[in-house]
Amino acid sequence: MGSLKIENVKKSFGPVDVLKGIDLDVKDGEFVVFVGPSGCGKSTLLRVIAGLEDATSGRVLIDSQEVTATPPAKRGIAMVFQTYALYPHLTVRDNMALGLKQAGEAAAEVDKRITAASTMLSLEPYLKRRPAELSGGQRQRVAIGRAVVREPKLFLFDEPLSNLDAALRVNTRLEIAQLHRRLKATMIYVTHDQVEAMTLADKIVVLNAGRIEQIGAPMELYHAPANEFVAGFIGSPKMNFIDGARLGESVKTVGVRPEHLTVDPKAGTWKGTVVHTEHLGADTNVYLDCEKAGLITVRIFGVYDAEPGSTLYATPDASKTYRFDADGKTVK
Amino acid sequence: MSKATSSLPRTIGAHAILLTYTVIALFPVFVVVINSFKSRQAIFQQPLMPPMPKTFDLVGYTTVFGQGDFFLYFQNSLIVTVVSLFFVLLFGAMAAFALSEYRFRGNTLMGLYLALGIMIPIRLGTVAILQLMVASGLVNTLTALILVYTAQGLPLAIFILSEFMKGVSDDLKNAGRIDGLSEYTIFFRLVLPLVRPAMATVAVFTMIPIWNDLWFPLILAPSEATKTVTLGAQIFLGQFVTNWNAILAALSLAILPVLILYLIFSRQLIRGITSGAVK
Repeated sequence: MGSLKIENVKKSFGPVDVLKGIDLDVKDGEFVVFVGPSGCGKSTLLRVIAGLEDATSGRVLIDSQEVTATPPAKRGIAMVFQTYALYPHLTVRDNMALGLKQAGEAAAEVDKRITAASTMLSLEPYLKRRPAELSGGQRQRVAIGRAVVREPKLFLFDEPLSNLDAALRVNTRLEIAQLHRRLKATMIYVTHDQVEAMTLADKIVVLNAGRIEQIGAPMELYHAPANEFVAGFIGSPKMNFIDGARLGESVKTVGVRPEHLTVDPKAGTWKGTVVHTEHLGADTNVYLDCEKAGLITVRIFGVYDAEPGSTLYATPDASKTYRFDADGKTVK
Repeated sequence: MSKATSSLPRTIGAHAILLTYTVIALFPVFVVVINSFKSRQAIFQQPLMPPMPKTFDLVGYTTVFGQGDFFLYFQNSLIVTVVSLFFVLLFGAMAAFALSEYRFRGNTLMGLYLALGIMIPIRLGTVAILQLMVASGLVNTLTALILVYTAQGLPLAIFILSEFMKGVSDDLKNAGRIDGLSEYTIFFRLVLPLVRPAMATVAVFTMIPIWNDLWFPLILAPSEATKTVTLGAQIFLGQFVTNWNAILAALSLAILPVLILYLIFSRQLIRGITSGAVK
């Protein structure tokens, strides 16, 4: 009971077209992540789904019911915001209860749902506190709790982890993943962080400049990017793009991921000079200025010592190189 | 060795300047208050001396409470100030919310139009206002004063509050919309508490000119039943004889209510419950 269908949704703010025709199908129980660079329209799309913005044209259907003209409170959705957006004058319990009371739920039912949600998110000790007395992680859990008690058809998350510090981010990410498994609810999650996208999503929607670039499972996007943008956006460090002409290839651009390159001090395909190395412990990133390929990044597993200025040869894994035509499309 | 953030000579210097300024600023008030407790002779012989047992005299206060109906004047002033303040804050905040929250055609123009009132003194329109009040039969009513003061206070209130309301988190308002709160509930329950410090600032700036105004009470409501304190005090100012004891006593008394209102609002200025709402 939580499918979503978006048909040719467009959104303009004055002369600026933010969404240029989005079509999307989300099945019941799916975890879908919208990912893209800032300004790509992912948050706007989420707000159109929530009903906080009106689409300029197109239709939004939740459970095959058209909701394009339905106010947010009647759409059966719940939203978790980046800034938590808790009501500062209400206690944690009242924060969670407000939406239900507004919808006219019976007091007993409200109590039951709050108890269930606060147990699930281990919020019981804080129910009487106000948001000001909570830490960032606790506040975000309250915000999630406020969404859970509504028992919505659709959970919407708007960059919920961006305000948390790195350690807390990993924990909360885990909690959201568990929440999805337990509730089996449909969730839509917006982020600019590809790690969050890869780790949480059943299905990733990559957006760029108001258009969907590709929809697919995380590994699908990694192994078979539809175009140069997706190839560059998914994966860290970023894929190396090399001018096809310089390599004597017929295509416009050749792409190879840093982890699909090997280095050798004696022999290899591309001869280059070490510009800089980054030691991360588990792996090492080497920046090579190659005669043929230009500046490329190589990711080596484990520790690798390379003096800046020394010569190294990089060899791409031929089965894992990508070719893109002049439009940026992947050539099979 | 001096610390990084403060040095003794600097601290002393800063405090000396601030204290001097405070003394200069408060001196007239101080002179008014001490002289109000002195006999007429003492006021003129030693105007800067505090009241001594020999010069102490409450004649000013007895005159004020004996002549004229000062309790009524105080009541009028309070009604006019508090009611005008209420309307300025209510309508000002509502207009500011609409201007900062909703996108509509002419939003910027409307904001500029409303801010224009800050630059044009309302007294320029006195003749027209008087004609209007005569035509509508509101002369010599407190309503006339309240209407004028509300109009006078709105531009600055809207200008200040709309800036503050732009700073209120959109996420918070949207969370309210998703929880099914009406726009009015969002305004009264979520936004107003968050801009309370700004409301207090506006209240103080609006209140003082209204309380001190002599112009409009004199023109629009000079009858005995509608006199305000500032107008009431004028009866002691004669063309040939001025009853200084009574004037100083009336002025000292007039400070009190406005001081109390100011204290109430300044507590609000300091208090703030916004922390923790959003990061």
